[in-house]
Amino acid sequence: MSDEPALSGWGRTFRPGTEQRSEDLSRITRRAELTRGLGRSYGDASLPVEADSRLAGSALADRVLAFDPETGLLRAEAGLSLAEIIRIFLPRGFFMPVTPGTKHVTLGGAVASDVHGKNHHVAGTLGRFVRSLLLHLADERVVRCSPLEEPELFFATLGGMGLTGHILEVELELERVPSPYIYQESFRFTQLAEFLGALKSAGKTWPFTVGWIDTVARGSALGRGILYCGRWATASEAPARPPRAPTVLPMPFALPSGLLNRFTIGAFNELIYRAHYKLHKQLVVDANSFFYPLDKVARWNLAYGSRGVTQHQSVIPEEAGAEGIRSLIEVLSQTGACSFLTVIKDCGAEGQGTLSFPKPGMSMALDIPIDHRTQQVIDMLNERVIACGGRVYLAKDGFTRPEHFRAMEPRLETFLANKRKWDPEGKLRSAQSVRLFGDKP
Amino acid sequence: MKVVLLGATKGIGRAVARALAEGEHQLVLLGRNAEDLQRSAVDLEQRSAGKCRVATAHCDLEQPEGFHAALESADQTLARFDTVIVTAALFAAQDRLENDTELARRLLTVNFANTVAFCELARKRLIENGGGTLCVVSSVAGERGRKPVVLYGAGKAGLSAYLEGLDHKFFAQGLRVVTVKPGFVKTSMTSGLKPPPFAGEPEQVARDVLNAIQRGTPVVYTPRIWALVMLVIRWLPRFVMRKIGF
Repeated sequence: MSDEPALSGWGRTFRPGTEQRSEDLSRITRRAELTRGLGRSYGDASLPVEADSRLAGSALADRVLAFDPETGLLRAEAGLSLAEIIRIFLPRGFFMPVTPGTKHVTLGGAVASDVHGKNHHVAGTLGRFVRSLLLHLADERVVRCSPLEEPELFFATLGGMGLTGHILEVELELERVPSPYIYQESFRFTQLAEFLGALKSAGKTWPFTVGWIDTVARGSALGRGILYCGRWATASEAPARPPRAPTVLPMPFALPSGLLNRFTIGAFNELIYRAHYKLHKQLVVDANSFFYPLDKVARWNLAYGSRGVTQHQSVIPEEAGAEGIRSLIEVLSQTGACSFLTVIKDCGAEGQGTLSFPKPGMSMALDIPIDHRTQQVIDMLNERVIACGGRVYLAKDGFTRPEHFRAMEPRLETFLANKRKWDPEGKLRSAQSVRLFGDKP
Repeated sequence: MKVVLLGATKGIGRAVARALAEGEHQLVLLGRNAEDLQRSAVDLEQRSAGKCRVATAHCDLEQPEGFHAALESADQTLARFDTVIVTAALFAAQDRLENDTELARRLLTVNFANTVAFCELARKRLIENGGGTLCVVSSVAGERGRKPVVLYGAGKAGLSAYLEGLDHKFFAQGLRVVTVKPGFVKTSMTSGLKPPPFAGEPEQVARDVLNAIQRGTPVVYTPRIWALVMLVIRWLPRFVMRKIGF
């Protein structure tokens, strides 16, 4: 890598540019093209268009502005991370109503991606719990919006990838929980169809469900997996002592690219599968281990080396069923690509955000180490996603072609028309919006 | 502890205030922007789950005439404070200061003359209150004249020398002086500069500061590795310092 300052998303594909960080977010967002949080989106969603694009970094604007322990209503600056929210409020009996698979994201970033979690089938996306937002618009006005005040602006901002205005403050409802522990049951399955059926029916009784499947194994073992179900442990089930602060292993430097390949990933999958040697396990785990297993290794993205990683996360509608999921997995075996961690989750109702990702069906996330074939693999995956009537998650994307995105996203025109109302000159943009939405490069 | 903080809304000061808010302390935040102070006060109270009481009062390091009133008000709110922590300062990169002599003069006035004036009043009040701790953030930039921090470092060198003298003279009267010398710390002050090796996080610095206050350590380098780095730098001969860019 050269000495030029550069930024990257979590997938470690770098682009020249810098961000300015300050506690005073309303100052640094003036004339800025985009605000970036902790840089956990995988692709180019948080990256500047040009090396000298003005990019604001929100991570230092992280104050709690109000909290009502009666209602759980929290108002905070947009740079406050979910990790901090949990550290401060879980001991007091509150948790995020919806959380993604890492807690190292900012509130503003979570709103901009309208994140979903293991409870999507019952709780929907984070947007459902957001009461209001304070935005710094492209014309430098500062506006509060909510489902009642400026509703179009509010709903375009949920999942709007930070392109409608800079999010300065977020007001959301935290969920009251009976303990800081989760009662978890997990089930092992030898076949994909069986696994998918179980995932769907588990959603009827469990608030949290998620599944891991093996997409590297060949023959009948392809698609074998483990289903994890959870609910908050009651005060009597939970251990009396508070959970220990999570220990985090460091990843001190980038491993060589190519270390994660078909063989090592295959061996790793075998290990995960074999470790779950019982068909059915039950245990009580602390919330951090249940929701954020990957946060146990800091900077785990360095395991993918200098070439980095991309994640292809798509939602396959109900109608396409197991065949839709299988058709995506086939692409991997056809191209010889492999996914280190493949996570499947069932999705409930579509979010209220204009561009919100989930819709009823199944979501599958493939972690693909980047190499010379990646563009081709993503193209093939996207063709199948389009054939199924599905769509991809912008927070993960770095490779989708604009024509594919338009084919998946009939809501894009509505979003862009809305964005133009608040940003007629198109001042707010990201590398991703130039790539996919046709913003001026 | 009953603590007065000047500069608690940003950077290292914010991290120190948050670390204090985890214990049962009473705080008064001094600063120039009332709204900003109030937001920080609420943040600290919420983080401490109401254990910690936080008040605010106006004080601007550029207006020394207001120092007395600010400390007086804090002393009344806290019913005699026992700790004063100063983290506020101005910063600008060397090339900017070289090209703008007025800015350089302002920075040196705030970081040295005005900070010393504030510490003088705080020191007197602490001794009147029966002794206590004066903790001031200086910098490793004051350890030796160096190319990237000629002007900023000069102010910090003066401040460190003053604090050392204070320690010697008033130790017997119950004054504990803690001089904090941070190396490169990733805060908004250094946002835009390329972090060198051993760059620290403000939370780590805050832990070191609190430990030093508890133990009465007169000088603390933070992160710790900077004690070693500066030991080497102090012993480098002049002809080497002329050559290197550090």
